[in-house]
Amino acid sequence: MAKRIDVSGLTAYYGSHKAIEDISMTVEPRSVTAFIGPSGCGKSTFLRTLNRMHEVTSGGRVEGKVLLDDEDLYGQGIDPVSVRREVGMVFQRPNPFPTMSIFDNVAAGLRLNGSYKKSELSDVVEKSLKGANLWNEVKDRLNKPGSGLSGGQQQRLCIARAIAVEPKVLLMDEPCSALDPISTLAIEDLIGELKERFTIVIVTHNMQQAARVSDRTAFFNLAAVGQPGKLIEIDETERIFSNPSVQATEDYISGRFG
Amino acid sequence: MSTAITEKRPSTLRGASLPKWSPYAIAVGSVALGLGISAAAGLDSSIQWALMAGVLFVLGTYVISARVEGRRQAKDRVATALVWVAFLLAVIPLVSLVWSTVSRGVKVLDFYFLTHSMGLVADSEPGGGIYHAILGSLEQVGLATVIAAPIGVLTAIYLVEYGRGKLAKAVTFFVDVMTGIPSIVAGLFILSIMLMFDMQPFGFAGSLALAILMMPVVVRSSEEMLKLVPNELREASLALGIPKWRTILKVVIPTSIGGITTGIMLAVARIAGETAPVLLLVWGNSLINSNPFEGAQQSLPLYIYQQYANSAGAGAAYDRAWAASLTLIAFVMILNLVARGIARWKAPKTGR
Repeated sequence: MAKRIDVSGLTAYYGSHKAIEDISMTVEPRSVTAFIGPSGCGKSTFLRTLNRMHEVTSGGRVEGKVLLDDEDLYGQGIDPVSVRREVGMVFQRPNPFPTMSIFDNVAAGLRLNGSYKKSELSDVVEKSLKGANLWNEVKDRLNKPGSGLSGGQQQRLCIARAIAVEPKVLLMDEPCSALDPISTLAIEDLIGELKERFTIVIVTHNMQQAARVSDRTAFFNLAAVGQPGKLIEIDETERIFSNPSVQATEDYISGRFG
Repeated sequence: MSTAITEKRPSTLRGASLPKWSPYAIAVGSVALGLGISAAAGLDSSIQWALMAGVLFVLGTYVISARVEGRRQAKDRVATALVWVAFLLAVIPLVSLVWSTVSRGVKVLDFYFLTHSMGLVADSEPGGGIYHAILGSLEQVGLATVIAAPIGVLTAIYLVEYGRGKLAKAVTFFVDVMTGIPSIVAGLFILSIMLMFDMQPFGFAGSLALAILMMPVVVRSSEEMLKLVPNELREASLALGIPKWRTILKVVIPTSIGGITTGIMLAVARIAGETAPVLLLVWGNSLINSNPFEGAQQSLPLYIYQQYANSAGAGAAYDRAWAASLTLIAFVMILNLVARGIARWKAPKTGR
């Protein structure tokens, strides 16, 4: 079910500004890959190129290849809508749909895609909420608005919403940066469970988090403000945090940055 | 303990201050003084003593406060006093308008008045009613809304969700231009088309002119409401693999529907009081005509105008004009209340 991602020679622009340059990497299926690096180095931009959300921003365009199990996401005739069904995304700030109940939020992906059977819907919702470790907290108030939940619950609701459509890959853009340590722990545990079923890519500013949850870690950096961000190295998380092969990575991780 | 210890040093944090009731006292004093001066000088206009009282209030506040509390507090109090005077000045016309409309309007406003037309009643005689005008207003405004609201909302959706480049800029520019069209010009525009085809006045022609006036207002308000929808919601929906049109239909519009409805209702309230295009295109009619597509019709603002203009000072016609004005104000107010109700009902829920 989980799919491999192969990126080669990827460059992304905002209008005429080059945000990231010539990035190549492989993300193995059923693994967690963490992206670390300073602000503005293009981690989130790169993440958004993996499900064609980059082009939603005005002026956003991409050169290069992103292969999802040998199929180029930027190839001719590829429908970005179908790409996003295979590659789901969780955002930095929890963003449940304010007009919908908890149930409807989780069901939104299926319902609005029009590809579901009515009888299956409540099963899918229950399964997804259980998958996101939220079921026990909300099972008695599925018809209440999703925006009434706490921040950590909302973020898990967004994860449930994302996994309800059964994507192959799950992208997470700093999913814990707006959450307290306990909610963060809940989400980190959840990531550990989800990696059995999905390929997970997570952007984080928290290096302990990267060390805790990921199998592989990629370090991004930019030469100077205004320069495009580049992939410095990607390796096993243990190696990156104990014995990185590039000096810049070690400087960043040990706090001797800049 | 000796009494020497109870002797306190003056606090550096607490200065002298006027008692809490002092602004009211100054207000009462300046009104009394204003009345006294105008009585002594033999001025009989209430505007003169009120203005005098206002000026005295501001000056008195400053002088008294500056002597007791110091200059900085005095400036603070003067600012507060100015705000109060400005508020009263703004409220006076509103209250007097509502008061005179209600007090003169209720004279003939009853069930009979609302359910009968002016069919067999001359403008100078008592009796008659505004049923034909209410019917005409409802039909004309209703048809105008049916035309303008969908076009306006769709235009706003285009501008916010899709519009890029020159076309969007041109549309925005022309919407701005349309906002400035005087109602009589919109009426003349439709009239020129009617004359080309040699048509007689009818209700729907008025609706068309009203729709022209309504459209830019709807576009503007809906645009602002759609812009308020956070981009994160659109991205969340797109990232679920939901196509853009369904994202707009199922996420963006439901989130902003309350504001859009309010905007439409306010636009309706605005065109409900338009007289000029109706005068040109619908002409007015003292009989009941429920068909907006054929024959002259009546409408409330036009009825008010005609009762005033054609009655040559007959008291009965004046009373009817005021009663119709009251009905029109009530109509607009009900629309506003309905809009607020819908906005509250449809607003994104935050309850737990």
